[in-house]
Amino acid sequence: MNEIEEMLRRDASRLPAEVPVALHESLAERAAKEGLLDVAYAELDSPIGPLAVAGTTRGLVRLSYAPAEEIAEELAVKLSPRVIRSPAKLDDVRRELDEYFEGKRTEFDVPVDWSLSRGFFRRVLERTARIRYGQVGTYAQVAKEAGSPRAVRAAGNALNANPVPIVVPCHRILRTGGDLGGYGGGVDRKEFLLKLEGVIGV
Amino acid sequence: MKLPPFQSLLDAHSGEIYRFLVATAGPVEADDCFQETWISAMRAYPRVRSSQNLRAWLFRIAKNKAIDAHRARGRRAVPVADVPETAAAPAAPGGFDIDEPELWAAVRELPPKQRAAVYCRSVLGIPYDELAELLECSRDAARRSVHEGLKRLREERTQ
Repeated sequence: MNEIEEMLRRDASRLPAEVPVALHESLAERAAKEGLLDVAYAELDSPIGPLAVAGTTRGLVRLSYAPAEEIAEELAVKLSPRVIRSPAKLDDVRRELDEYFEGKRTEFDVPVDWSLSRGFFRRVLERTARIRYGQVGTYAQVAKEAGSPRAVRAAGNALNANPVPIVVPCHRILRTGGDLGGYGGGVDRKEFLLKLEGVIGV
Repeated sequence: MKLPPFQSLLDAHSGEIYRFLVATAGPVEADDCFQETWISAMRAYPRVRSSQNLRAWLFRIAKNKAIDAHRARGRRAVPVADVPETAAAPAAPGGFDIDEPELWAAVRELPPKQRAAVYCRSVLGIPYDELAELLECSRDAARRSVHEGLKRLREERTQ
């Protein structure tokens, strides 16, 4: 009996080491077609480091400076455990971000899925999304526009929790007086984005 | 209840599930079985209890897909007047590695349950309680399936 088992184990070492890449791609494709791909995610390169992006059928739901595996974990809990890596599903997002970083795009056309934000936070982010490329606003302004003029600090928290930075341009919000203020991805990144958009000098 | 992202199951188990299917369903059927396995798993995933043994759950689905493929192939088979003494190797599609160990052909002659039992026990070393879950039977029945399968393979070799 042992001899047969040994032969089986030896032969097993000749089985394919990897799943063919095409099989993974067609799996994500089929899952999407059958309505099973609730969240697709990918990692992109950018001048300010790797970006993790995730989308649903409704649009871009998450963009993060954190590792892609971290946002996959987060979205499995917050949205659905059916989370799959699928760069092809995020091609539009990748293209638009590339164009943005090359200075060739001033507005994003990919739709945003707002489902991770609620209430006041969401209103702050929706107001922020209206601030155009090259323009800036203040924390006090967005707090007021979101309906709570005194909630300046809370507006800062909302921006800090922005699930889709860059595309929802929380980097365009500064302190009254022009001080840069904080940024979820670190102030260096905020500075880079504002320079890219020509708001502050290079 | 907190389930990990489905991708982490793919990362951890897609390779071993694929090899299992190549060995037990055959290289020709493996690709389809692989896709069917993961689509079924994805469909059921949100209802899975996180305490469940996810690996055994995936192998159970894969085993059932291999059985489905086996049955479908039986239905598709065209009857021929003279059945050859030894089964001819299936026609290899383009690019497919024909240099396959004979032993897998013998494994695939076993009843589907024994195939899965032998592979999961002898190659993967899956413990018997997990194997029982995977084969949807008792521990003793799982043990018997492994034993029977290996016995048949040995008889085949010594003939």
